[in-house]
Amino acid sequence: MQTKVRVHTTVNGEPAEFLCEPRQSLLECLRDILGLTGAKEGCNDGNCGACTVILDGRPVNSCLVLGVEAEGRTILTIEGVARGNTLHPLQQAFLEQAALQCGVCTPGFIVAAKALLEAEPDPSEARIRQYLANNLCRCTGYDKIVRAVQQAARMLQGVEA
Amino acid sequence: MSRQDYTVVGTRPIRPDGVDKVTGRALYGADVRLAGLLEGYVLRSPHAHARILRIDTSKAEALPGVKAVITAADLPPAEDRIIDLGEGAMPLSYIRGNVLAQGKVLYKGHAVAAVAAVNAHVAQEAAELIEVDYEPLPFVLTAREAMQEGAPLVLEDLKTKEFGKPSGKVSNVAEHFRWTLGDVEQGFAEAEVIVEREYHTTTVHQGYIEPQNATAFWNQDGRVEIWSSTQGAFVVRDSVAAVLNLPVSKVRATPMEIGGGFGGKIRVYLEPVAALLSRKSGRPVKIVMPRRDVFEGTGPTPGTYIRVKMGARKDGRIVAAEAWMAYEAGAYPGGMVASGAMCIFAAYDIPNVAIDGFDVQVNKPSTSAYRAPGATQAAFAAESVVDELAGKLGMDPIDFRLRNAAREGTRRADGPKYRRIGCVEVLEAMKNHPHYTAPLEGPNRGRGVAVGFWFNVGLSSSCTLSVNPDGTVNLVEGSTDIGGTRASIAMQAAEVLGIAAGDVRPNVVDTDLVGYTAVTGGSRTTFATGWAAYEAAQDVVRQMAARAARLWDVEAGQVTFERGVFRHGERSISFKELAARLDETGGPVMGRATVNPRGVGGSFAGAIADVEVDPETGKTTVLRFTSVQDAGKAVHPGYVEGQMQGGSAQGIGWALNEEYFMSPEGAMLNASFLDYRIPTTLDLPMIDTVIVEVANPGHPFGVRGVGEANIVPPPAALANAIYRAAGVRMRRLPMKPSAILEAIRAQRE
Repeated sequence: MQTKVRVHTTVNGEPAEFLCEPRQSLLECLRDILGLTGAKEGCNDGNCGACTVILDGRPVNSCLVLGVEAEGRTILTIEGVARGNTLHPLQQAFLEQAALQCGVCTPGFIVAAKALLEAEPDPSEARIRQYLANNLCRCTGYDKIVRAVQQAARMLQGVEA
Repeated sequence: MSRQDYTVVGTRPIRPDGVDKVTGRALYGADVRLAGLLEGYVLRSPHAHARILRIDTSKAEALPGVKAVITAADLPPAEDRIIDLGEGAMPLSYIRGNVLAQGKVLYKGHAVAAVAAVNAHVAQEAAELIEVDYEPLPFVLTAREAMQEGAPLVLEDLKTKEFGKPSGKVSNVAEHFRWTLGDVEQGFAEAEVIVEREYHTTTVHQGYIEPQNATAFWNQDGRVEIWSSTQGAFVVRDSVAAVLNLPVSKVRATPMEIGGGFGGKIRVYLEPVAALLSRKSGRPVKIVMPRRDVFEGTGPTPGTYIRVKMGARKDGRIVAAEAWMAYEAGAYPGGMVASGAMCIFAAYDIPNVAIDGFDVQVNKPSTSAYRAPGATQAAFAAESVVDELAGKLGMDPIDFRLRNAAREGTRRADGPKYRRIGCVEVLEAMKNHPHYTAPLEGPNRGRGVAVGFWFNVGLSSSCTLSVNPDGTVNLVEGSTDIGGTRASIAMQAAEVLGIAAGDVRPNVVDTDLVGYTAVTGGSRTTFATGWAAYEAAQDVVRQMAARAARLWDVEAGQVTFERGVFRHGERSISFKELAARLDETGGPVMGRATVNPRGVGGSFAGAIADVEVDPETGKTTVLRFTSVQDAGKAVHPGYVEGQMQGGSAQGIGWALNEEYFMSPEGAMLNASFLDYRIPTTLDLPMIDTVIVEVANPGHPFGVRGVGEANIVPPPAALANAIYRAAGVRMRRLPMKPSAILEAIRAQRE
């Protein structure tokens, strides 16, 4: 059996320490060790984006990051997107636009879209599509997802204006 | 309910499970966590067809951390019988044989053995230590090869059923049927224009984002608990019980949230395996399929060979149609050729029809349903021929379809005569849509249309409602919610009760807690489980009216109920006010209903597609896409649009890109999302939707069910658009860049 490694991170604003095997992905660590099952495994090889989390401000496929690589770093998962008891505008917009059907890709889309809107508050439809091309959805055809991101962008700008 | 001015049905409330799904709290099958949980891994065949000579699991068992190893030898013996899967049925022997291979492996990816260990990494390492000696056998991958004399036999004892009777002949054809209407020879003699073409489609996968998964615990009291992502918990219960040779009462199946299914999550794959590993280890066991195993080991949908011949008179009337359809069922019979044959000419009133269908075994995974199973391949063929006929007659493609459209009273070749249907209304909506008449400028661009049909199913559903003192209602149902059916079911109860959608709280529960409910499939859930909710709500109203009568000391039959208010003479009390007074009028009120509705209403869908074909690369870009569908009544229009957009997207992927790319050795070469490549955000435009509402007379709100028909037209619509853009008729799916380029070059020469 492998010796486990102690990893110190910040997850959703709180310090989080865990023990993991060097071969375990960050996705496994989040799900199986920290119990944060909001990030989903769709392919485990970086193709579907269902496991997207934000690592030091950048969206990553957590299945392609080793748990030990998270040492000293800051992670945001879908569980940390809402502000206390209030949904993030992206979450609200996904609900209002009916932008989810089965919902399994939704955490990845919301996390990735959050990174987009923080970097670019007013993206065009083409830019939204380009940015989210790493996230696969099989239910919606993306139409309502793109509209939800557009709505959230408007909501965020309204709040900040 | 006769009035059409509904207050809840037709609105767009936020789905009750929505917040949990946007915050990451919703629990899917892979999210199950139990004390002492082990993780499993399934070893699969590297060969397309081979005899298993020997399996040695000793090295795997010796690996530290391994708690159980099983093979087919661990399956309890069971007498063969037919297992109902809801939208179909399958002999138990095939389900058992697919769960763990017995004697032979029938396709690459066929499960051979399984391991439970302290974690999935150890389980996989152990599985790789299992020694299996194979004797590779000749294999066959396509229907036409499999039908030739002397082809390798996939199932050595399979005898062909010919025209409904056993023929005694051993072959790869499980069944050959022929359906006829009128006199097809005479019909073609009458025809002035005839088009006959051949079409090929390849195996494609449903491509749900969540892999198949199952967790099982074989309790010391002999009861087996299953948690999995399934379209039908009762199918899991019944199938697991059958495979394990247990009474159904010993199995409890809990449907976790499901990350897409599209027909692919009806059969059991991992559930019985996890249960056997749990019995052997004494601990709960979870198995999640790697994505590769999802492609290689679960049922995709059949590749097909279809020949279609249609004849019309110069006045535009189709007088004869003939189809010869061979569907690749994969390793076991059940390739959905019958449903394809039901749908192939379903949009038209044709007096003379003959359809031959062949259910053919090949050494590929045993196929499963995929959204209108069998119909998309059939429509690709028939709607391409219809387009050519319209061209030869110089008619507008929609006018030609309207001239021949199926209506109330039209008889299909498989027997049924239509009740009220919306085929004409869908075609008219397509014709009237601005997309159809919008100018399409620029070179290499073309517009195509097609229509499609899915018959939809009814089947059993159960529902209970408990009235809370605050005037809200808890709804209990057994239908897996894949795309918003909690909302569409609760809304139908709320409409009856005259309360807000949000006042009905739906709960999808396990098989111990609700009456039998068939699969979420066949576009049946909003139709049938919604109907159960409607009936249960009527039951609540009857009981509540009696309570109001007791309060007022009048006969219950004299109390009326409308829009949430009970009345007698000048007196009235709202549903909510009365709900607060149940204790004093006799105690709690619960409504219940079970249904098995017969009034199923088939759904027609249409697609208008604009494409641009790059003549240098052969790549097709979808510029604009409109989906039109008859919903009967759209209970939640947002989720109806979602079904239409999703079905369109899958149809576009099937048309342009998706395929099982097979090696000469019979292995799938593109078993990953990167290489199989379902459409991404960059491959699709916004998808416009038009909901047509031709009420289904067989449902209280007119619901038809909208999950499936929308996937049927896109491949044909795109083929017809590509013809107008590039001048080539594509008769093979996928219409990938290399195929289009080849067709363009062949035409130039």
